[in-house]
Amino acid sequence: MLNMIKQRSGSVRKIVAVALMTVALGGCATSGNQKDPVEGFNRAMFAFNEGLDAVIIKPVAKGYDAVMPTPVRTGVTNFFGNIADLFIGVNNLLQGKPAEAASDIGRVLVNSTIGILGLIDVASDMGMEKHEEDFGQTFGRWGVGDGAYVVLPVFGPRTVRDTVGLVLDVKADPVANVDDVSTRNTLLALRMVDNRADLLPADKVIEEAALDKYAYIRDGYLQRRRSLIHDGNVPREQQD
Amino acid sequence: MKHWLAALAVFVFAIGGVSAQEKAPDVLVKDVTNEVLEIVRSDKDIRNGNTRKTIDLVESKVLPHFNFQRMTQLALGKEARKASPEQMAVLVNEFRALLVRTYSSALTQYRTQEVVFKPFKPDATRPDDAVVVCQIKQSGGKPIDLVYNLEKTASGWKVYDMIVGGVSLVTNYRSSFSQEIQGNGMDGLISSLQAKNKSAETRQQSK
Repeated sequence: MLNMIKQRSGSVRKIVAVALMTVALGGCATSGNQKDPVEGFNRAMFAFNEGLDAVIIKPVAKGYDAVMPTPVRTGVTNFFGNIADLFIGVNNLLQGKPAEAASDIGRVLVNSTIGILGLIDVASDMGMEKHEEDFGQTFGRWGVGDGAYVVLPVFGPRTVRDTVGLVLDVKADPVANVDDVSTRNTLLALRMVDNRADLLPADKVIEEAALDKYAYIRDGYLQRRRSLIHDGNVPREQQD
Repeated sequence: MKHWLAALAVFVFAIGGVSAQEKAPDVLVKDVTNEVLEIVRSDKDIRNGNTRKTIDLVESKVLPHFNFQRMTQLALGKEARKASPEQMAVLVNEFRALLVRTYSSALTQYRTQEVVFKPFKPDATRPDDAVVVCQIKQSGGKPIDLVYNLEKTASGWKVYDMIVGGVSLVTNYRSSFSQEIQGNGMDGLISSLQAKNKSAETRQQSK
């Protein structure tokens, strides 16, 4: 697990190479779905990720969820959320939304101090709403098309645009840039497990909902990203 | 990035119950949401994942305010016209069962998240269509928008789409439905829906 995470940020370049190669190959492996020209490859990678999840990540997340008292769980989620807010603010600025950016930075200031190093999300209670932004969305905002859908190893669903965004996300991620290797790995592992634990309740719902889990998650991802780029207000002509 | 999945988990159920015929769409959604959540909060069985009991709750309080015919047509998109009336009737039935189970399992995940309704803005150009938006607050994350699309019918306002964190629970099926229809025909889609519903029922009984 730790090894896997250690390799994570290091191998982003390789992943991107694979993704781009995949897209290049896409022309000859059409599956009928315009958004998903490399469905065969994607399904294989999806199955790989599902296996990894079932064998390692989910059991660890379940254990974590069972052992950790709720206030501690919330504290961990808030702590990483606070670190992310800084970079969400930068992305909001790049997207030409200074008011949102100011609110994000305000959140970091409030939560890092009154909220004790980000463990308590005081800012939300004060009415400074949390946002969700990343470089993939910033590119989308700038008019970059999303490109083909790709399933990356470990990282999961992306589009070509979001894969490029992901490289910058990782480069700018304060946690991935902690100098001390063992501290960094511990933090990355903790964040990953905490994120996965937050999603545990969703598993059952997805199982109930999906006729084809791969397609359900793909289409959900694409809808979700489109909504995020437009901050929830997708123009009518771009809706299905 | 998978946060919309988390949204499904706290996905709250609205619409239902009471003689809501005369109610404005936002009032209708609000009343039913509050009523259903109140029941979920006070019912240990539901929170412990008693599927049968939750489905009963959804059937009695929520379903009367859903238009499954329209939902099925939306999910089918342009393939809808390929279905004969008989096939359509079966599809509506099966799709309904699928959605009800999905909703019910989401409802059992509800804990104490606060639900806030946004001010309702009627669209003067579309008087028979309404969009009601509420937000689910969650600790450590961006609040999740839950959007209900309703249409005015002879029997009151009916929900025809629900969008959780930007993902429509109806149109999310469109591309896989159309792929299935193109591969195995309308009857292929019907039998895969039936198989899905059957396997879920068996799982439920074996518990």
